[in-house]
Amino acid sequence: MAELSKTDEAVDAPAEATEEKAIAAFEAPVERGEPILQVRNLVKHFPLTKGVLFKRQVGAVKAVDGVSFDLYQGETLGIVGESGCGKSTVAKLLMLLETATAGEVLYKGQDITKLSGRALKAVRRNIQMVFQDPYTSLNPRMTVGDIIGEPFEIHPEVAPKGDRRRKVQELLDVVGLNPEYINRYPHQFSGGQRQRIGIARGLALNPEIIICDEPVSALDVSVQAQVINLMEKLQDEFNLSYIFIAHDLSIVRHISDRVGVMYLGKMAEIGTDAQIYDHPTHPYTQALLSAVPVPDPEVRENRERIILTGDVPSPANPPSGCRFRTRCWKAEDRCATEEPLLAIPTRFKGQDTPAAHVSACHFAEEKTVLAV
Amino acid sequence: MTTSNLTEELPAQRKGDDETPVLEVRDLHVEFKTREGIVRAVNGVNYSVKSGETLAVLGESGSGKSVTAQAIMGILDSPPGRVAKGEILFRGQDILKLDEEERRKLRGPKMAMIFQDALSALNPVFSVGNQLGEMFRVHQGMSKKDAKLKAIELMDRVKIPAAKARVNDYPHQFSGGMRQRIMIAMALALEPDLIIADEPTTALDVTVQAQVMDLLAELQKEYAMGLILITHDLGVVADVADKIAVMYAGRIVEQAPIHELYKRPAHPYTRGLLDSIPRLDQKGQELYAIKGLPPNLLKPPAGCAFNPRCPKAQDICRTDVPALVPVTERDGAELVGRASACHFWKEQIHG
Repeated sequence: MAELSKTDEAVDAPAEATEEKAIAAFEAPVERGEPILQVRNLVKHFPLTKGVLFKRQVGAVKAVDGVSFDLYQGETLGIVGESGCGKSTVAKLLMLLETATAGEVLYKGQDITKLSGRALKAVRRNIQMVFQDPYTSLNPRMTVGDIIGEPFEIHPEVAPKGDRRRKVQELLDVVGLNPEYINRYPHQFSGGQRQRIGIARGLALNPEIIICDEPVSALDVSVQAQVINLMEKLQDEFNLSYIFIAHDLSIVRHISDRVGVMYLGKMAEIGTDAQIYDHPTHPYTQALLSAVPVPDPEVRENRERIILTGDVPSPANPPSGCRFRTRCWKAEDRCATEEPLLAIPTRFKGQDTPAAHVSACHFAEEKTVLAV
Repeated sequence: MTTSNLTEELPAQRKGDDETPVLEVRDLHVEFKTREGIVRAVNGVNYSVKSGETLAVLGESGSGKSVTAQAIMGILDSPPGRVAKGEILFRGQDILKLDEEERRKLRGPKMAMIFQDALSALNPVFSVGNQLGEMFRVHQGMSKKDAKLKAIELMDRVKIPAAKARVNDYPHQFSGGMRQRIMIAMALALEPDLIIADEPTTALDVTVQAQVMDLLAELQKEYAMGLILITHDLGVVADVADKIAVMYAGRIVEQAPIHELYKRPAHPYTRGLLDSIPRLDQKGQELYAIKGLPPNLLKPPAGCAFNPRCPKAQDICRTDVPALVPVTERDGAELVGRASACHFWKEQIHG
């Protein structure tokens, strides 16, 4: 709260002073369990244009359309959803790789979506990313040492020039690679090893938040577990907060403290891992969980699966009211006119049940689906 | 919305072939000549599929599961690849001895393949109707007009909405799940006896994956086809397969009926794969991980290919390649369809 009042005072102050204040705020530590990142009504619309010279906007792809969540210090927030639901766009917005159309991302109480210059650089140091594809996210013409050391070129205060090689070797050691590999090129490594290089690069600047966009989906099954274990070890060691975006629900459950389910640019349901997996109240979450193949042939005979019909509608022209209504078996007239808000369903309000967590459905109710 | 149950009963077998499998692969060896040397991608694979049966071939990338399928279909890139040894019996006839024209007549009417990435497997410059109709025009000499009607019928069959209106659309105009349905329609066009599905749902979301697997299971049952499902997903396998072959470094390391394999794996690699699935009661603990990396097939390790990663490896594992031997109960009773290529399978299965 102290930081919040600081911003209020700074409204009239010269830009430079605001910047200083923001940077000072970014350096302040956050207690474990306090929110480190607060996302408020984040919106990203990609314009659809017509014409070559005089581009007219004829519509917008509403990739992210009003998403709000908190990330607490030291926790892992999993984000799941089908492709095209906007989860990767959220990652890009948090990384400030895309400019938000509207909404706020508060990092330690400061809105970072409109920052520039030194303050922006300071935030970027603290929020890093690990990408999905370890084959295309590493430059094939740079050595591993150059790849992991590149963040130090941009932020020289983290490691003085003479110290860099040693620092890079330390990082290689931390992620379980041989420090002697520093002069090798990415093609000399396997997929799992490359992902370790990507993680080492993400760790280089001692960030507080790491956003992982499908970090293990390109890896072989036997190697996935190794990388997941490494990420959990690093979280404890460096006190990191993760946003873990993935479509593999069993892995998300394993690593996450809380899970958010996204559908067509909106959050459908957020709760702790047990709330989401054992007591889902949103029909989409229920369908998603029931569709996951369970690695146990014994359950296949007596297992009820909810198979959704059709595909995700186009985000350029989302359905009115509730976005899930076109594929939902509970949909009624009200769903087409009134958009359900992400709130604790009224029927569970004030009750001490695991179903009492936020869910954006008019007819939220518990349904037992076989958890992964 | 529909709720469904994938396996109500085993599909009725086609009459007269209860005993002979549709396809039998015997001691298949495939190698690739590269500048660095000969890569032995498949080293003596044996498996068989009966009508109406689903065989899952499970393995990591580079284990030779797709190369085996390519050899069966006769679409191996050769050179550099070639079948070095072995037999592929289709209804008792060795198809490796057939000439290219005869092989071609098999592909489509007798056996068909569904590929992983439908966008790159379909031709982007022809409409889907044209590509579906090609099966009928080429193999049955049908006219363009009739072939298009057949294509619409097929698209209806795989539940593509508004098939008539979409028959002239191009592959990029369809979503991933719809494209995969078109691939399935194409494979089914001539009602083959055998379908090989190479990672058919890996590129799809879970909700769409469930739709596609459901459709595949339903059609397989209807036509009583043999299905070889190539995948690395232990969940998908558990849902649909009747029996399973686990491949590692070009060899089958374990073979078993589906229920048996998940209950009592007889090979340390299978054990490792099953253990590395995150389970509820392990939350917050370290996941079991198979250490190390899959082997480089240019320089496969001596002895058992899994020995550098195996927690139970002994001296014999580093020198002798274990044969795929039948697995029995503790008292010697036969376990039908089970085999393991581990020197210590007894210890693995019986503790």
